[in-house]
Amino acid sequence: MLASYLTLAAVLFCIGLYGVLTKRNAIVVLLSIELMLNAVNLNLIAFSRYGIAPSLKGQVFALFSMTVAAAEAAVGIAVLIALYRNRATVNVDEFDELRR
Amino acid sequence: MLTFNIDWSGEFFAFFVLAVCAIAGAVLAVNFTKVVHTALSMAFTFVSLAGLFVLLRAEFVAFVQVLLYVGAVTILMIFGIMMTKHQDEGKETGRPLQETLSAVGCLCLFGILFYAIRSAGFPAPADPLPGDNTLAIGKELYTSYAIPFELVSVLLTVAFVGAVALAKREEGEES
Repeated sequence: MLASYLTLAAVLFCIGLYGVLTKRNAIVVLLSIELMLNAVNLNLIAFSRYGIAPSLKGQVFALFSMTVAAAEAAVGIAVLIALYRNRATVNVDEFDELRR
Repeated sequence: MLTFNIDWSGEFFAFFVLAVCAIAGAVLAVNFTKVVHTALSMAFTFVSLAGLFVLLRAEFVAFVQVLLYVGAVTILMIFGIMMTKHQDEGKETGRPLQETLSAVGCLCLFGILFYAIRSAGFPAPADPLPGDNTLAIGKELYTSYAIPFELVSVLLTVAFVGAVALAKREEGEES
């Protein structure tokens, strides 16, 4: 049963990674990052239930990781809005000031 | 050695349905061209993951997942979509080389992870976790994890104040 959960988490992580690597819209990239973080949370909780020594530590870790993910999403959206105000676009391949 | 010992119990059936929902939501979210559809499909994935957390006897984390991801993060993303323009979202400029390379890389990563998981051979848990452990999580958070808990609250406050300061229109900049 643990292996099934870990496989599902791996599938979700890879889908999120593909979204991060290929999508042009910055909001979709942020959502894909959230998907990857959720896959990691699923791993933590699966190990807290089916690991060698089941305990609540995995769930507490997942709670902390969710909190940090919420802070990351808020700061990400704020940075995105500030960038949009300057450049009038949300495509990540047009944010290339450092490359010119 | 690869092991595929699956018992078709009710729990596995529930897991199968929820896992199919989660993967379908994620794949559709990556495939949709309109951003709002992506956000809603991702919310569907988050709800399915909350169901999986309930299945794993982590009810408190499941409800925090619904409150935080479905209620807060997705709504935040929808506000972000609302405040930015997406006039050229219909036409995807073709970047076949990058997409193919990314797909190959992700599939390679998944293959490595799948082989590692299937060949690991996890021992059975010693004593299963009891359900309805919200009280135990609360005690744990306020006794042995008190300092990380306070630090995370400080981090949240700083992050949200920083987000407001970043997104606020600066004085004297009119447009």
